[in-house]
Amino acid sequence: MTDNWEPVVIAYLCHFCSYSAADLAGSMRLEYAPNVRISKLMCTGKVDAQFILKAFEDGADAVMVSGCEEGDCHYLEGNLRAKKRIAHVKSLLKEVGLEPERVEMYNIGASDAPKFVRAVNEMTERARKLGPNPLKKKENTVPA
Amino acid sequence: MIIAERKPFDEIKQEILNYKKVLVLGCGTCVSVCMAGGEKEVELLATELRMAAKIAGKELVVDEMTVQRQCDKEYVEAVIEKAAQYDVVLSMACGAGVQFVAKTIEPAIVMPAVNTKFIGVCEAEGVWAERCRACGNCMLAEYGGICPVTMCSKGLLNGPCGGAKNDKCEASQEKDCAWVLIYNRLKAQGKLDNLRKFTGARNYTFQASPSKQVNEAYVRPELAVKK
Ligand code: SF4
Ligand code: SF4
Repeated sequence: MTDNWEPVVIAYLCHFCSYSAADLAGSMRLEYAPNVRISKLMCTGKVDAQFILKAFEDGADAVMVSGCEEGDCHYLEGNLRAKKRIAHVKSLLKEVGLEPERVEMYNIGASDAPKFVRAVNEMTERARKLGPNPLKKKENTVPA
Repeated sequence: MIIAERKPFDEIKQEILNYKKVLVLGCGTCVSVCMAGGEKEVELLATELRMAAKIAGKELVVDEMTVQRQCDKEYVEAVIEKAAQYDVVLSMACGAGVQFVAKTIEPAIVMPAVNTKFIGVCEAEGVWAERCRACGNCMLAEYGGICPVTMCSKGLLNGPCGGAKNDKCEASQEKDCAWVLIYNRLKAQGKLDNLRKFTGARNYTFQASPSKQVNEAYVRPELAVKK
């Protein structure tokens, strides 16, 4: 499995900044790791710990959450709330036995396509180093 | 409301160590509001347990259910049928809820997933503070609406003790001296005279445990308690 394994990185991006940056990266013809799967939210303040745990439970190798630069949130402080929540999720991952580095918070402004590219590549590389999410490999549920 | 906090994950794992089918049961009232054991926390805990088991290569089924209140018969009875399909019910309600579920589905195994802490208020997002010890004989009228039983570290009814410094309690610099608060409140209300009165020793029979409360107007005749 690890031979031709490619990490899957889930990215929760906010509508007003980070998603626009991703869009701009496309318009600018910038290349980035194709491992990322983007999910657009109105604001990273909407990101619930459960979204992230669920992504890992379903086999994601890394999750990145990206909002506006601090102080620039369209909803004023959604990204600051997300920052705290990501810190909390890291502790949850540790509890269950996954590396906390598999999740990270970024702040990427709408015009900062190169930063988006760097972030995606960084998370993909990080996931590659950490190896496949162990939850992907084993099936353990017994039928009811 | 009742304030609780989730138990450490390792302790919860230990509680269900010998079981293969777990029902995580949330409570939609107090513990939901204080974010310890509501529907959302049930989802999180169940997901964590499933993930941890899978990583450890263990067989474990973890399902989720949340009822409006685990301290109310009509809601708990709705759990009986479902609970019968599991080896253990992991209740995320306060201690009262856990016991009520355990009694309702006895002798099925019910384990607590939260630590019940106090009766309190929500001071700000994510911050809860104790306000009442359920003493059974509320004296707030005398003390300007500040409870000396709860808010004074020593529970003094005829304070202050004299140890306060900079309006903080001598037991902990983190805590306001309840008696400074009481004095200031009564002063603002023009009721400082209240403090001239001596309050006798607390009557602990008001708090005899386990306490019971009956409202005759609502008791069904067949269940009425004999006096
Ligand atoms: S079971 Fe406990 S937490 Fe749930 S509603 Fe009743 S008192 Fe509140
Ligand atoms: S006096 Fe204090 S502990 Fe007693 S019922 Fe009133 S608030 Fe609660």
